[in-house]
Amino acid sequence: MKEDKCCCSGGVTTILACSGGSNVGQITNEVAKRLDMAGVGKFFCLAGIGGRVSGMVASVEGSDTVLVIDGCPVACAKKTMESAGLDKYRYVVVTDLGIEKVHDFRLSKEDVEHVMSICLAAVKGSSAVEVPSEA
Amino acid sequence: MKKIQILGTGCPKCKKLAEATEQAANDLGIEFEMEKVTEVKEIMKFGVMITPALVVDGEVKIAGKVPSVDEIKKLIA
Repeated sequence: MKEDKCCCSGGVTTILACSGGSNVGQITNEVAKRLDMAGVGKFFCLAGIGGRVSGMVASVEGSDTVLVIDGCPVACAKKTMESAGLDKYRYVVVTDLGIEKVHDFRLSKEDVEHVMSICLAAVKGSSAVEVPSEA
Repeated sequence: MKKIQILGTGCPKCKKLAEATEQAANDLGIEFEMEKVTEVKEIMKFGVMITPALVVDGEVKIAGKVPSVDEIKKLIA
C-alpha cells in the first residue's frame, strides 16, 4: 500500500512471484517488481501466503485480479497458493516460455522483457502498458 | 470480549464496513470493543495491502470488500 494512497477504490491487481533460487525464479521477481513500479499491480509477498499471514491471504482473496508467476514446473508459487485455498488467479510459468532453468543469476534483459510482455498480457489482455526497461 | 478492528484510511467504504460490523455485533449480542485503525503504517503491520479490512481478535477476516451484515455475522461469531 502506498503511503499516500487509499486502497479502497477497487480494481486491485496483485502479483505473486516464486522469486526462487535460479535464473527463472529471479526473473519472476524482477518482472513482479517492474509490474509494480509500472503501476500494473501490487507485488505481494508469497512468503506471507505460505506463512498464512491472515492479512496477506485476505488481501489476495479481496483482489480483483491475481497474477501468479512461477519460474519452473516445480510450481512452488502455485502450490503455495493452493495450500492456502487460493485458486482464482492467472498463471505464468517462465520455463514454458522457452527459457531454460539454470543456477545463474545474470538475467538476460531479453528474457525479462519477454516474460514481462507475457505477464502484461495475462493481466491486461494486451501489452500496451508502458513499463520501465531497467530495474 | 471480542476485539474488532476496522482497517482503513477513513473513506466511505471503511465507514460502511464499520457501521455494518457494529450492527452485526449488536444483532448477535456480542460484547465487543471496536477500534478504527486509520494510519497506513499501522494497517500494514497486519499484512493488509487492500482496505477496508476487518480484524477480529488479531486475525484479518476479510480485506478489500464490504460484506453484508449477515456475512459479517459469520465472520465475527
